[in-house]
Amino acid sequence: MTAKDLSKDEFFYGHKACAGCGGSLAVRNALKVIGKNAFAVLPAGCMSAVGFNFPQLCFANNAIISTFAGTASMLTGIEAGLRAKGITDFTSVGFAGDGGTADIGIQALSGTIDRNDNILYICYDNEAYMNTGIQKSGLTPFGAKTTTTPAGKNIHGNIRPKKNMFEIVSAHNIAYSATASIGYMEDFMNKVKKACGISGTKYIHVIAPCPTGWGIPVSDTVEISREIVDCGLWYLAEYENGEFTLNHDPKEFTDIAEYLKKQSRFRHLTDEDIQIIIKSRDAKWEKIRRDWRR
Amino acid sequence: MAKKFLSGDEAFAEGVRLARPQVISAYPITPQTIVVERLSEMVENGSLKSEFIHVESEHSALSCAIGASAVGARAFTATSSQGLLYMAECLPYASGGRFPIVMMNANRSTALPWNIYGDQRDSISQLDSGWIQAYAENAQEGLDFALMSYYIAEHKDVSTPFMVNLDGFVLTHTYETVDIPIQELADKFLPPYETDNKLDLENPKNMAFSAGPEHNYIFKYKEHKALLNAKKIIKDAEKRFADIFGRKYTGLLETYRTEDADYILITLGSIAGLCREIADKLRAKGKKTGVVRLRYLRPFPTEEIVTAVKNAKAVGVLEKDISFGSEGTVFTNVNSALFQGGIVIPSYNFIGGLGGKNISHEDIENIFYLIENGAERVNFVGIEGGD
Amino acid sequence: MKPYLREKKNFGFSDIPESTSFEAGYLVSVNSGWRSIRPVVNMEKCVGCMQCYLYCPDGVISVENKKAVIDYNFCKGCGICHKICKLNAIEMEAER
Repeated sequence: MTAKDLSKDEFFYGHKACAGCGGSLAVRNALKVIGKNAFAVLPAGCMSAVGFNFPQLCFANNAIISTFAGTASMLTGIEAGLRAKGITDFTSVGFAGDGGTADIGIQALSGTIDRNDNILYICYDNEAYMNTGIQKSGLTPFGAKTTTTPAGKNIHGNIRPKKNMFEIVSAHNIAYSATASIGYMEDFMNKVKKACGISGTKYIHVIAPCPTGWGIPVSDTVEISREIVDCGLWYLAEYENGEFTLNHDPKEFTDIAEYLKKQSRFRHLTDEDIQIIIKSRDAKWEKIRRDWRR
Repeated sequence: MAKKFLSGDEAFAEGVRLARPQVISAYPITPQTIVVERLSEMVENGSLKSEFIHVESEHSALSCAIGASAVGARAFTATSSQGLLYMAECLPYASGGRFPIVMMNANRSTALPWNIYGDQRDSISQLDSGWIQAYAENAQEGLDFALMSYYIAEHKDVSTPFMVNLDGFVLTHTYETVDIPIQELADKFLPPYETDNKLDLENPKNMAFSAGPEHNYIFKYKEHKALLNAKKIIKDAEKRFADIFGRKYTGLLETYRTEDADYILITLGSIAGLCREIADKLRAKGKKTGVVRLRYLRPFPTEEIVTAVKNAKAVGVLEKDISFGSEGTVFTNVNSALFQGGIVIPSYNFIGGLGGKNISHEDIENIFYLIENGAERVNFVGIEGGD
Repeated sequence: MKPYLREKKNFGFSDIPESTSFEAGYLVSVNSGWRSIRPVVNMEKCVGCMQCYLYCPDGVISVENKKAVIDYNFCKGCGICHKICKLNAIEMEAER
């Protein structure tokens, strides 16, 4: 899919997301791919906070806020309810952030995948609880400074790596899962489109930077979400029919230090810290290149 | 109409079958489990056409039911005790969104200490969640509530979720002969669910949104009014029910020999039968005793209580609940009604049945004795070793 | 299909719906006040490649007659369009 193939309809419009918000771009374009028959569920979090302030209601399609933990279970209920009423031409799609997915919502998500309910779950990952003011989530990367993982003399930000949601979800033997980045928009849109054509549970994990939380200029959201892929700290991949496939295999990674130093959340990192990040990237890619289809 | 020998749980499941919910999402918990087991059997054998969702928790059970209700489907769930508390976040969500979900709750003690037996602390702790709360006395009433609850909850003047409470084990696991209405009459009683409060392809909606201070309180006011509206709709539902099925119910509460009673015991749930038995026994000895059974705690029968006890000399409230550091919550509510009705008589609170502790004939005789002769404001029934 | 600005902006008691359910895509306020800089399309340079349209988080850019058109009511001035444009056809100018 390219820009030309996209619907001209705008479904997510007039919202109060911060300027340059990556999450809102992910939601906007996913809905343009899915179309007007999307029933969107958004848990308490950034995208619901900016899109649903009565009487300013920013979704042109059917959309509803769920409890923080209840994105996946509400998707299940909507899908079952519509089916019970004989409605078949729709997509039950969820948009939850990293905390709503990897932390508080992981139980309901696991249940939905276990039942193989026919829904699409999109995690827009901005790597911390941004809506409440940049607190650490289970998807905050190693070394990142957040308001609950301060960078001081003793501790250099977050001491734990990101949870591997893509592989956790895939380990359920899910019908389809994929990783994406809003910096590679066509790839993301293709995956959304592909997911819409698959029956069962689909999960797409899309990196969607938050300029405020990452400490970058608001104009740099797209650029940084390309760089995270180019330096190897994120990868574009898919899981279906029991197999992992790497979609994009960079011949050479760009400089991790350069990627990190652009963001104020990483600016405190020492050379040793950066070496840890490089080693962990290399170990991951060694496994990916050994085990996944390319 | 077929007569069957059923437990409270099984009778309730029969009532749910007759109500034709389109989505059932529930998680097992003792002593509710039998309800979801029977419902899944009904779905399997085709006697109930419904989507049965095997959710992974109670939070998801109600969240899923909310999702189903948000597209206009009739939804059912059931839980108990820890499960009710685990889904607690979703309770005001369902009522605030005005989703007329029906939930059966098997009243059970809450940990700690762990205990699977019946008391009413679970549901009473959620009185302020915005749900209609009803308490059945026997399996037949449970079944009938299953049908009536949907009629009341889905009525456009109410549009509020409905929690039907059955005492754990005493009611959920005790067998009695139950009349099961035929489906044709059940369908006549309960029309299919129609609403505008739904996501709709023809008429897209944004739902469950935020509302700031300038609007929020208006939503809450309307929610309160809807629960008050339920008082009238409960009457209508019972009249309709009696017309179709021949069984009569008495609204928010049921009185027994209260007209000329000096001493009235107010209670709720399955213990009411024993209370009436003791009232009869004491009447035979010349004591003018009566019983009020609260069938609903929300909406609360304020005026009805005033009418029932206005000539009494003293009242007692027997409940399987305690708001620690204060008194039983039913007692608080009853006292508020007495005060509003200008009734100045002694009232005493009897906390009994916690964690399934048996309430005996003697206990209730003693309660009536204390109502007549005076007691502490709050009394733990049968407590030994206290001061 | 797109959420759009409505005439009715104030909601009193009787306008408030009974439940938390309302018409989709109902807008009562614009976002133009957020901007300190605004993107301006150079019509000479713009070839209508749609990259700015594709990457706008607010969806405020459309391409009409092969030229980018910006809805300044809802543009927040983030400048992603300016960065993404390979032809330098979008300049950021200070709001007056």
